[in-house]
Amino acid sequence: MRLEFAGLVLVVAGVILLVVLSLPRKTRRGRDLRDIPGFRRLRRAIGLSVEEGSRLHVSLGKSSPANANGAASLAALAALERVARMNSLGDRPPIATSGDGVLAILSQDTLKASYRLANAAELYDPDRGRLGGATPISYIAGALPLTSTEHVATHLLVGSFGPEVALITEAAERRGALSLAVTDSLPAQAALYATAGESLIGEELFAVSAYLRAGAAHTASLRVQDIFRLVVIGAMILGALLKLLRILL
Amino acid sequence: MRSPVSTAIAMAVGLIVLIGYFIPNSIVGPIRSLILDWAITLAAIAGLVAILNLTGVHWRKISDKRNRDFYSIFLVLAFWGTFLAGIATKVMGVPSQLEYQRVVTAIQQPIESSLMAMLAISLAYASFRLLQRRKGLMAVIFVISAVVFLIILSGLLSFGSNVPLLSPLINFVNLLPVAGARGILLGIALGSLTTGLRILMGTDRPYSG
Repeated sequence: MRLEFAGLVLVVAGVILLVVLSLPRKTRRGRDLRDIPGFRRLRRAIGLSVEEGSRLHVSLGKSSPANANGAASLAALAALERVARMNSLGDRPPIATSGDGVLAILSQDTLKASYRLANAAELYDPDRGRLGGATPISYIAGALPLTSTEHVATHLLVGSFGPEVALITEAAERRGALSLAVTDSLPAQAALYATAGESLIGEELFAVSAYLRAGAAHTASLRVQDIFRLVVIGAMILGALLKLLRILL
Repeated sequence: MRSPVSTAIAMAVGLIVLIGYFIPNSIVGPIRSLILDWAITLAAIAGLVAILNLTGVHWRKISDKRNRDFYSIFLVLAFWGTFLAGIATKVMGVPSQLEYQRVVTAIQQPIESSLMAMLAISLAYASFRLLQRRKGLMAVIFVISAVVFLIILSGLLSFGSNVPLLSPLINFVNLLPVAGARGILLGIALGSLTTGLRILMGTDRPYSG
């Protein structure tokens, strides 16, 4: 019961902080975020894909939003929406692949919403949000042909993957395409560090939409994470000290 | 603008599930269970719809006269073959699906294993090229730690358990990745929390509405 109460306090504190930090501030927009070269390259690649008529592939991972790793898939959908809106008027709109049925349907829905918000609903094609495969390996096998077909020049891999995702990034690198990957899985992070053009670590997964300027709420959620991180660090140090002094057993 | 009705429904459902989790004995407890049951059914239907969409995409690739993709024929045939065989075994009243499952696994497993073998080679090749592709301290640390853990986990230093200084050193080095992993997982947990809160507040909507 104590743990549940602590969880409830965390959720309420999170909501309050998110609301407060989402309010407009006097400081210049965009200066709150530290520079991450991977995101700089991604923004440039999105701009270039519109100019050059190349395509962007957004890989959303294999986890259903209803699973324990669902937050990674939800962050991936937020990134997809932003990429689709930035790229909706290009000659070759982005393709989203996923390794789960629910995620595939949500990716189609997200693409549809992006086109509607960009006043280009008639350009929406449901085939642009597709299931790669129903198992982790078949998903990679299904998404792999995109490295050599459909004029894809940039691969953005955001979500929950296994180390097998390295097959996509390795193939993309061989073709000279840019691959930017970020995942919540530790083995996949190691594989991606060795194979992807740009790889991001850990919680940077949840920063993709904020760095693509998705809105104040996304930037505020990064600041809430920072505040909570400081609280966790403080609690850990305090716990260690109390244990050292034998106050806490 | 997105539909306020669908946003309101999504937020209300999210709140009911959350309150039902924190206060299980309240009035929202049974409603939460019902909603979660619906979610499981809907997820299964979504899986079927997505697979049908996948076969549709590949069917269009086969029938595209300009860029015909012959590999898609294998996918469509394999899917419908497996699907119909599964239904046939059920209709014919085979009491156990084990035989059918064994046939599917016997085809699927070697293919997936061969892909994993390709992954092992790709990763070995990528690790050789890593220092060429990535410059900087992080890449050097990554390579050194990979080599150190390969040596430790291969058992080459197993004699060190009796050496006074080496044994605590190996134990300490073995703790380092655990500490790093915990740090990353804490960050991911906090990121998951804020992502969930954004959806609960309706500022992030992974649905068209």
